[in-house]
Amino acid sequence: MRAFSQLLDGLVYTRSRNAKLNLIAAYMRDAPAADRGWALAALTGNLDLKAVKSSAIGEMIRARTDPVLYEMSRDYVGDLAETVALLWPKRDEQPAELDDGSLSLSAVIDRLLGLSRAAAPDALAQMMDHLDSSGRFALLKLATGGLRVGISARLAKTGFAQGFGLDVDDVEQVWHALAPPYAELFDWAEGRTGRPDPEGTPYFRPFMLAHPLEADSVDLADYAAEWKWDGIRIQIVGTGSETRLYSRAGDDISGSFPEIAAAFAGHAVLDGELLVKGEVQGAAEHGGAAASFNALQQRLGRKAVSARMMEEYPAFVRLYDLLIEGDTDLRALPWTDRRARLEAFMPGLDPDRFDLSAIIDAPDFESLADIRAGARDAAIEGVMLKRRDSPYVAGRKAALWYKWKRDPLTADCVMMYAQRGHGKRSSFYSDYTFGCWTDDGELHPVGKAYSGFTDEELKWLDRFVRQNTVARFGPVREVEKTLVLEVAFDSIHVSKRHKSALAMRFPRIARIRKDKPAQEADTVEGLKKLVS
Amino acid sequence: MAHWIEPHPTGIYVRPADAWIDPSLPQERALVTHGHADHARGGHGHVWATRETLAIMGLRYGTASGTAVGYGEEVRMGGVTIRYVPAGHVLGSAQIVLEHAGERVVVTGDYKRRPDPTCKPFEPVPCDIFVTEATFGLPVFRHPDTGSEMDRLLAALHANPDRCVLVGAYALGKAQRVICELRARGHHDPIYIHGAMERMCALYEEFGVAMGELRPATGVAAKDMRGHIIVSPPSALNDRWSRRLPDPITAMASGWMRVRQRARQKNVELPLVISDHADWDELTDTIREVAPTETWITHGREEALLHWCMTHQIRARALAMVGREDEDEG
Repeated sequence: MRAFSQLLDGLVYTRSRNAKLNLIAAYMRDAPAADRGWALAALTGNLDLKAVKSSAIGEMIRARTDPVLYEMSRDYVGDLAETVALLWPKRDEQPAELDDGSLSLSAVIDRLLGLSRAAAPDALAQMMDHLDSSGRFALLKLATGGLRVGISARLAKTGFAQGFGLDVDDVEQVWHALAPPYAELFDWAEGRTGRPDPEGTPYFRPFMLAHPLEADSVDLADYAAEWKWDGIRIQIVGTGSETRLYSRAGDDISGSFPEIAAAFAGHAVLDGELLVKGEVQGAAEHGGAAASFNALQQRLGRKAVSARMMEEYPAFVRLYDLLIEGDTDLRALPWTDRRARLEAFMPGLDPDRFDLSAIIDAPDFESLADIRAGARDAAIEGVMLKRRDSPYVAGRKAALWYKWKRDPLTADCVMMYAQRGHGKRSSFYSDYTFGCWTDDGELHPVGKAYSGFTDEELKWLDRFVRQNTVARFGPVREVEKTLVLEVAFDSIHVSKRHKSALAMRFPRIARIRKDKPAQEADTVEGLKKLVS
Repeated sequence: MAHWIEPHPTGIYVRPADAWIDPSLPQERALVTHGHADHARGGHGHVWATRETLAIMGLRYGTASGTAVGYGEEVRMGGVTIRYVPAGHVLGSAQIVLEHAGERVVVTGDYKRRPDPTCKPFEPVPCDIFVTEATFGLPVFRHPDTGSEMDRLLAALHANPDRCVLVGAYALGKAQRVICELRARGHHDPIYIHGAMERMCALYEEFGVAMGELRPATGVAAKDMRGHIIVSPPSALNDRWSRRLPDPITAMASGWMRVRQRARQKNVELPLVISDHADWDELTDTIREVAPTETWITHGREEALLHWCMTHQIRARALAMVGREDEDEG
């Protein structure tokens, strides 16, 4: 258990992605064969034991320590599992706390899997006695379901792949054909057997991505143009008997959008944009309306979704591409052929949940530029240019697909607060909250940005914050309201979350306007006119 | 009981001696337990403390006017017999044992029971009134074995030869202890130190605490510090000062590191639970051992220790001392 609990500790404290990957890779290589598959299941969220309820843990500790001291400790520490892990009374014969090595992760899982709810607290208590505080913490997190160590399933799989020199996309392909503790996966990773056969399982295929357009123009005889919708890219994988939805990172998000998964019973793999229906932003000429990203955001990152959420923010998918139809892999075909097959595929789909991303009809590049400039729909980020003969290939391949984003909007804002960054930026004030003026001459925050500047500019901004601090609130510094920042953002929306009732999409610092007096920065009213 | 000793928010007043213990305001006569700033203030008329504590105060406040009292030596003051007994907290730290009118009072200052290569170990003195700290007065605070924490530090160092490990440690006591513990684990490479702790380390050396080769971290090229340990005050961990270091693994040596959220708030990657204060078991074991009629708790998480005393039939009160406990210290 010790290797696993130390891995969890390491993942909690490490900020850098690479360092996290190294920790996972080393564990997967070195941990005992019986344990690591369970660890991988736990890290990828595929191990939900829920053998023990939180209330049972509370009871267990109250029976062993003074309840008043327990309550005081819990108030101080916050987290139940951590409080109990730290508070657990050590056995009298023990000189100090230690993990006596008698419990392996697989032994823990075996016991938890076979437990009835009634027997769980006693069994748990027995195991607690053989572990140190990190081990007890890991045990309690496993037993109650959900490790919450701040890593995604994709990151865990990437770490695993790195440990054995595999490509994570190859791992993804076989992933859903396997179940914990993934013996076949490790057999393959260590070269004892060939790759497991994913046939018949709904596995993720890597997305094809686009480069930003840098050339002044492209020939529309070679490239087709589509709107670039501002939702999240989604892959729908159906085997006929099972459907899964994957995010761009390859995380399974079927649980967050059950209405989409339920509406698709086909045997195919599709690429599209997940959006929320919207009438307000409606623009028939763009091929159908969609709500702003703001609406979609309400639905992201939820493990379970209520009927009310689904009704209030109904999701649908605007389809871009057809990768696989039945047993036929179409990815090597030119885009034109795949598009024709996609169009032919559409009538079989539920029109309430799926529509087709329209092709923009433009005679030449200049007229396309005009059409793009005229589009101020909140759900449109810009234009996609796809080479008509392009196969569907993983990742970003030069000259095949381009994204041509709308020019950003900008506003002159005044820096109000600054906060230190993380990792390499932990000594720099690199996160800035900025505001615009109200009619009463007050500054109201309108957004927060932590990118867009060069390293040199960051040093300058950091110095400005340190020399112009007027108040400190924990890690946050309030600064003298004198510095104007030109902020670029993709769009701006009404939001209940902020005092200004505005929320920017992807704000970044475009320029530091040392030349501009703060009084001449933009107003909240002015920003409201940009709301799309 | 013991009407001759009075707790005040600003210190403990010993009436027959007309002297204050660890007063937070300047007083004519001050008895000081140890050199940390929340116990030893500047500006007193006359100070009684150990030779080491006087030297530390001299370094910090520029004046060292006072009477040095050796461990075990008796001083008589207005009918009170005063003795300084090792507290095991930092170099020169002492419990102050006061006897008057047939009663004995022990004021611990800060203390711990773990071995510390930089100072003499705590000596329990049975007494009528035990005046204790309670910095880590919650049962969640149980410090692990120091050796295992040092092993984790060295393992991180050896696993990352291209980086360095930056250890945040309080400049008086913790820093020197960490360095000595590293030496005891066989780590004899030069250790780089922040400028703010150079003079304190030199003072420790003068008092016979050998720390091996220490080098100033200032003016050294980043690449030369790869694979080395650097010790700085906690406040420098995330400050501009640390930018000169080669991709540091940020560690911090403190009893507070036992709580995950505390470590994360400070951006610490390698929390080391090493404390110069008694943990919960040490606090409660010590109270049992000196078996006082009454326990006074000066500062810390006093509610929990108060509750524990009540449930063990020990009369206890919380004194609510002001200005105690620097969180970085722990």
